[in-house]
Amino acid sequence: MKKLLFVLLGLTLVVGFVLTGCQKEEAAEEAGMESKASYTQNEWTDGEDLSGKTVNIFGAFVDEDAKRFEASMVPFEEATGIEIEYEGSGDFEALITVRTEGGDPPDVAAFPQPGLMQDVVSRTDHINLSDWFDSSYMKNQYNQSWLDLATYKGEMVGVWYRASVKSLVWYAKPIFEAEGYEIPQTWDEMLALSDQMIADGYIPWSITMESSGATGWVATDWMEDILLRTAPPEKYDQWVAGELPFSSPEVKRAAEVMGDIWFNEDYVLGGRNSILTVPFGDGATPLVQDPPKALMHRQASFITAFLPEGTKVGEDIDYFYLPLIDEEEGKPVLGAGDCFTAFTDKAETKAVMKYLTQGISTKAWLQSGGFVSPHNDTPIDWYPTVVDRGYAEILQNADTFRFDASDLMPGQVGAGSFWKGMVDYVSGEDLDEVMMKIDNSWPEE
Amino acid sequence: MNAGRFPCLHPSLIQKEIFMASISKKNNRIFEIFAATPVRILISLVVPTITFLVLRWSFIYMRDSEASKFLIGIVALTVGVGGVWVLYAATDNLVGIFPVRLRDTLRPFVFVGPAVVVLLFYIVFPALRTIWLSFLNRTSTEFVGLKNYAFVFTDPEMFIVMRNTLFWVLVVPFVAVSLGLIIAVMADRLKPSAEKIVKSLIFLPMAISFVGASVIWRFVYFYQPAGYDQIGLLNAIITMFGGEPIAWLIIRPWNNFFLLLIMIWLQTGFAMVIQSAAVKGVPSSLLEAARIDGAGEIRIFFNVTIPYIKGTILTVMTTILFMVLKIFDIVYVMTSGNYDTGIVASRMYQEAFIFRNNGRGSALAVFLFIVVIPFMIRNISQLRENRR
Amino acid sequence: MSNKTKNNQAITQSTPSKKSRPALHIRSWTMRLVLFLIVLIWTVPTLGLLISSFRSPEAISATGWWTVFGRLFHAEWTMQNYVSVLFADFMGLAFMNSILVSIPSTVIPITIAAFAAYAIAWMNFPGREAIFVMIVGLLVVPLQMALIPVLKIYTTYQLNGTYLGIWLAHTGFGLPLATYLLFGYISSIPKEIIESAHADGATPWMSFTRLVLPLSKPAIASFAIFQFMWVWNDLLVALVFLGTKKENALVTTRLAEMVGSRGQDWHVLTSGAFLTMIMPLIIFFSLQRYFVRGMMAGSVKG
Repeated sequence: MKKLLFVLLGLTLVVGFVLTGCQKEEAAEEAGMESKASYTQNEWTDGEDLSGKTVNIFGAFVDEDAKRFEASMVPFEEATGIEIEYEGSGDFEALITVRTEGGDPPDVAAFPQPGLMQDVVSRTDHINLSDWFDSSYMKNQYNQSWLDLATYKGEMVGVWYRASVKSLVWYAKPIFEAEGYEIPQTWDEMLALSDQMIADGYIPWSITMESSGATGWVATDWMEDILLRTAPPEKYDQWVAGELPFSSPEVKRAAEVMGDIWFNEDYVLGGRNSILTVPFGDGATPLVQDPPKALMHRQASFITAFLPEGTKVGEDIDYFYLPLIDEEEGKPVLGAGDCFTAFTDKAETKAVMKYLTQGISTKAWLQSGGFVSPHNDTPIDWYPTVVDRGYAEILQNADTFRFDASDLMPGQVGAGSFWKGMVDYVSGEDLDEVMMKIDNSWPEE
Repeated sequence: MNAGRFPCLHPSLIQKEIFMASISKKNNRIFEIFAATPVRILISLVVPTITFLVLRWSFIYMRDSEASKFLIGIVALTVGVGGVWVLYAATDNLVGIFPVRLRDTLRPFVFVGPAVVVLLFYIVFPALRTIWLSFLNRTSTEFVGLKNYAFVFTDPEMFIVMRNTLFWVLVVPFVAVSLGLIIAVMADRLKPSAEKIVKSLIFLPMAISFVGASVIWRFVYFYQPAGYDQIGLLNAIITMFGGEPIAWLIIRPWNNFFLLLIMIWLQTGFAMVIQSAAVKGVPSSLLEAARIDGAGEIRIFFNVTIPYIKGTILTVMTTILFMVLKIFDIVYVMTSGNYDTGIVASRMYQEAFIFRNNGRGSALAVFLFIVVIPFMIRNISQLRENRR
Repeated sequence: MSNKTKNNQAITQSTPSKKSRPALHIRSWTMRLVLFLIVLIWTVPTLGLLISSFRSPEAISATGWWTVFGRLFHAEWTMQNYVSVLFADFMGLAFMNSILVSIPSTVIPITIAAFAAYAIAWMNFPGREAIFVMIVGLLVVPLQMALIPVLKIYTTYQLNGTYLGIWLAHTGFGLPLATYLLFGYISSIPKEIIESAHADGATPWMSFTRLVLPLSKPAIASFAIFQFMWVWNDLLVALVFLGTKKENALVTTRLAEMVGSRGQDWHVLTSGAFLTMIMPLIIFFSLQRYFVRGMMAGSVKG
């Protein structure tokens, strides 16, 4: 009867309460709530006491990453008394759209895609950061490339917080050492190495692309890296802006160079079929299996989170810089990052944004590994391991740095037709047709 | 009549009736006494005002209060349910004071009013806004007339999306409802314990969230190239019999059917539960009579059972059809519409939230509104039929 | 009497008829087999997930779940997936929040819908058909279209991020289906019953509360189950109206976060799916009893 229902409900409530009690819940932020002598002696609040205020930040990183971000905010909170509330969601894209258009934007938003940031900013009231920070200060903090990326219609709309390097090839280090393979310095050397590996009985490449709805982005990364190495950076910028069509010779050449590796049945583990169907996160795993099923895998630095537990990065697997193709294009680096934008005109928001422009705001996260800071004032010895330092060095030594194109292009293309086009291309469709379709989908405006 | 069948009708109702009659007489006397206009008006204002104030206080309390969530929940339940009842009762009483004709005209609106108000804010106005947005451009800043509709009806990709949606609409409701009905009828013949198990197991998928379902079917459809260990169930069975594994979600156009299979898996439980109850309501006298006349079980099913529960079947079919039209989660999570699997709902979500094209997203939603008009008409005729 | 009729009579006489369940000796085994097969096919996918939830992520990606049958006692079972979900930060709180959201979001729409359904079914008023048409039509409006406009209203009234806000939102979105289902049921109550109550002098209020509502228990129960399930498993509406603050986490949002920024911890979904299934199933089993009594008020033909 109803009794049973209530009993059951009661039981579940009790269980819930017990579980609630059984874990550590974060009490009100302990950090910074102890009485400090003065909340005005810091570099960020312009001498004002803003203690007790709250700033909320909404971003796409969750779970472990969210914890690390919060840890990085602690020095700020302690010095200023301002509380930073971070909220994260995997559905960031949809939610930021709803929130900004619904009139409920966060104080600060952390965009993983500058293209999205620009689109949101074009439709919503936001802060023009050039009003808050003067350009000489910003030029001090960041390289020009970063500043350009955060500028929209002449306004500075974002500050860069996190960077990631994508032009990396992961390789099975023990095998390289055992067989005496040398790290290739040019693309041709890399191809020759691949042939050598085949001769020695290995499969050179592991390429995996599947990511449900987002399948295709791995191919876009390859294309971007290759385009940077075969054409001047201006061409890349034009491509991103929609001025250089996909069907142009430069872009098509990039696709063909990619195809030289991808479509060579001997080169790739499992052949073309497995590129499309094996999840992207499983791409590096064959390299660390015993015996390794493949020896090289081109991917960004986050892939280490997908390796089986116990894998030692730097020993079982290491990376080298994706080699250059055409000498004259130098050593470009493809990367990505998170850009923070402010929506509310408040003193405490300004203080937070200022903090984010400085390397100190990344320290805690950086030191837990897997993080690269785009700030100029981040000392290289903060990086905890050789592996992490390597990323930072690649970034710093790059001749050119460019952001992931699909994150810059309008969503229609960057998260739509470009991905889809790559899937079609890998499935065997004619390159000219694929490129034409992508060009046609570019929104007019 | 059937006093035994509806025991609650007679004894308590009669009692209540007597009681109510006595009270209303009293009320009438009171109101006769206070027939003076100002007092009357005062009373008819006081009751709803108090109710309104209580509701408003609780609204603010629930919204702003830092009190324990549990407490807020109790308040919500009390106010939400109790409050709604009080509001109805108070307004009903109020209306009851008015002369008969006015009362009978007003009362239905008391009953139906809150529903209409809620629906207006949460669905009608947004729907109207959507229709308006469908005539504007991507950022809703310029009027572009029918351009978005042109896209919806002429773009080659959209053609595939429409085709897929048609597959879904034709197959899923029909299969889910039929299967649900057949299972309901068959399970009805088992002994109660077995029947409960069968129904619970068929219903189980509904309790799983879409996210969970997507993981489950991932393990069914997963593809690894030949020579690898298959972790997808279907491919494992195929390779066990010596065949080549198939990339179920990639091969076109069959991948659509493998996706809508998931929807059928999810919705049949719903169809079964509702139709099972209806099936049990078919009076045994009718069935016996048919049997005596020599009809076989199958004939009984088609000639007696189905006509009897026609209304239920229509309800379930309509509900599932509408769900098929607007649920995008399955397609979106499994393939995001890639490999030519997009349906109107998934494309709508993509256009509105990923491509951030308000115009096209809205146009697709409006397309859905239009598509269901025939079903609305069908339901109206059913409504009229019922009244006869 | 023809032979056929004799046989039929024999059958109906030999079996004590319990309602409408004659024993079908000839076909019953085929039917049972068919049912068994259907149920098996239905359940196998879920079984796969259940087994996978007890395996480590490496094992799940390496071999199919059915391989555990070959080595039941040697397979690497692990409780880690369940442990990491059950004892995750804020999971207990999320559980309480989910209940706090789901119950009012189920009870309130039912209340409002019952009144409306009764009125549309049994009262006469101008606009009756129009309102009914509107409700049926609204069934198809995708709620994603309502998110932005409703959020705009909420911002004005400071409802976003509140529990009241999300209860109202779920009420709004669930009302069409609630009204439609309840209407379908209430309208099929035989006219004679309603009219006899009228004749006995019952006011509409009284016939509603004392007659129609108790009779509608099966419909109310079935909608309650579906609405509870839907709200319990919902992610998007919660994210938009309740927000992403930690104190307001629900089981669904919490679980989604645990999958990681790039989906690297997807294996928590295996155990997560089952843990979140428990609550709706409890509701289902408790309310199931309402389905077996003479639902769909049978015919009262004199």
